[in-house]
Amino acid sequence: MKGFLMILVGAVLVNNFVLSKFMGICPFLGVSKKLDSATGMSVAVIFVMTMATAVTYPIYTYLLYPNFIYLRTLVFILVIAALVQLVEIILKKFIPALHSTLGIYLPLITTNCAVLGVTVLNIDEGYNFAQSIVNAIGAGIGFLVAMVLFNGVRQRIEGNDIPKTFQGLPSILIAASIVSLAFMGFSGVVEGLFA
Amino acid sequence: MSNKLKILVNGIIRENPVLVLVLGTCPTLAVTTLAVNGLGMGLAATLVLMGSNVAISLLKRVIPDKVRIPAYIVIIAAFVTVVEFLVHAYVQSLYDALGVFLPLITVNCIILGRAEMFANKNKVLDSLFDGIGMGLGFTLALVIIGSIREIVGMGTWFGITLTANLFDSMTLFSLAPGGFFVFGCVVALANKLTKGRTLKNHKESGCAGCPAAAACSAFNGGKGEE
Repeated sequence: MKGFLMILVGAVLVNNFVLSKFMGICPFLGVSKKLDSATGMSVAVIFVMTMATAVTYPIYTYLLYPNFIYLRTLVFILVIAALVQLVEIILKKFIPALHSTLGIYLPLITTNCAVLGVTVLNIDEGYNFAQSIVNAIGAGIGFLVAMVLFNGVRQRIEGNDIPKTFQGLPSILIAASIVSLAFMGFSGVVEGLFA
Repeated sequence: MSNKLKILVNGIIRENPVLVLVLGTCPTLAVTTLAVNGLGMGLAATLVLMGSNVAISLLKRVIPDKVRIPAYIVIIAAFVTVVEFLVHAYVQSLYDALGVFLPLITVNCIILGRAEMFANKNKVLDSLFDGIGMGLGFTLALVIIGSIREIVGMGTWFGITLTANLFDSMTLFSLAPGGFFVFGCVVALANKLTKGRTLKNHKESGCAGCPAAAACSAFNGGKGEE
């Protein structure tokens, strides 16, 4: 249990996917403007990350390993693309309310490097199935935390008098830098909590 | 020939994928702790871009319009795997440094974006030059950001000690916050130099500015309605 908690807290706070591993920067910068779209996107990411890990891990362990390792990237991205499509169709058919909230974010997730990243990292780190799932959930929650916090920061920046050259993307990136700096304070928190 | 040159230069300067189009931000931030890693990442992505642009341009009449994005992704993933093996075989240190970001070239917006915006509309040779130009533009941006971060963060440039220990290096620039900060400043500088062209083109940053985003939502939307 302690091991799982360590992975979870590590993935959410210490090795935050967005702010310290630089994955999923595109949606982080692009969709964090409004709070509801930021949370919608994040929930969709948590969902797809967990599903993708649950599907790719057995595929890698039982089908690709050890003879077809070189097909990993190819198979994983195909599985993620197909999965996103499938999830969208299922949601549309059976849970239309959820589809109308998450639907528009789902297609964007296929090319979100955080999703492919978490599936590949789980293999590289040598996690077992349960640990992989926990890591995927943690990474997704970390994405949510980063998105929601950054949305708050962006709302404060909006309407401020920023020099013309820094308006738009540069100011957002520098704000992200400061949020990332704050997250560095979490380094060592896992050892501290579970020592 | 001047036409080919124009396509080449277009990718490097006028439509620099990182600094003007703001694509491929994840690897830009992640691998630029050292200038040499930026160079390696840029060249790896250039190889993939050249291969995928040529292959997609050759296959543009064969691939049905409805499944073109998945088809592109498969082609790109195949080239990424090839490049991953090449790097692993010949440049072990780079392979270790890039880590997970080497397979992640697959989902780099620049590559899918160029496939969608250029390779499936243009001739093979033009697509090749577009791939080289965009790849070199990506490499240039990565080397610039990597150089700044390496010089300020570690006092070295391509491994050569520059500051002669005259002042302490700011390690922060090698870490995550420094990445965001330097990238922000470099984009601001590009803004200044292009007199706000970056700014005007990219009021909406990130996914909204990614040409692939419109394509993938159009594709998925179209399919979902069947």
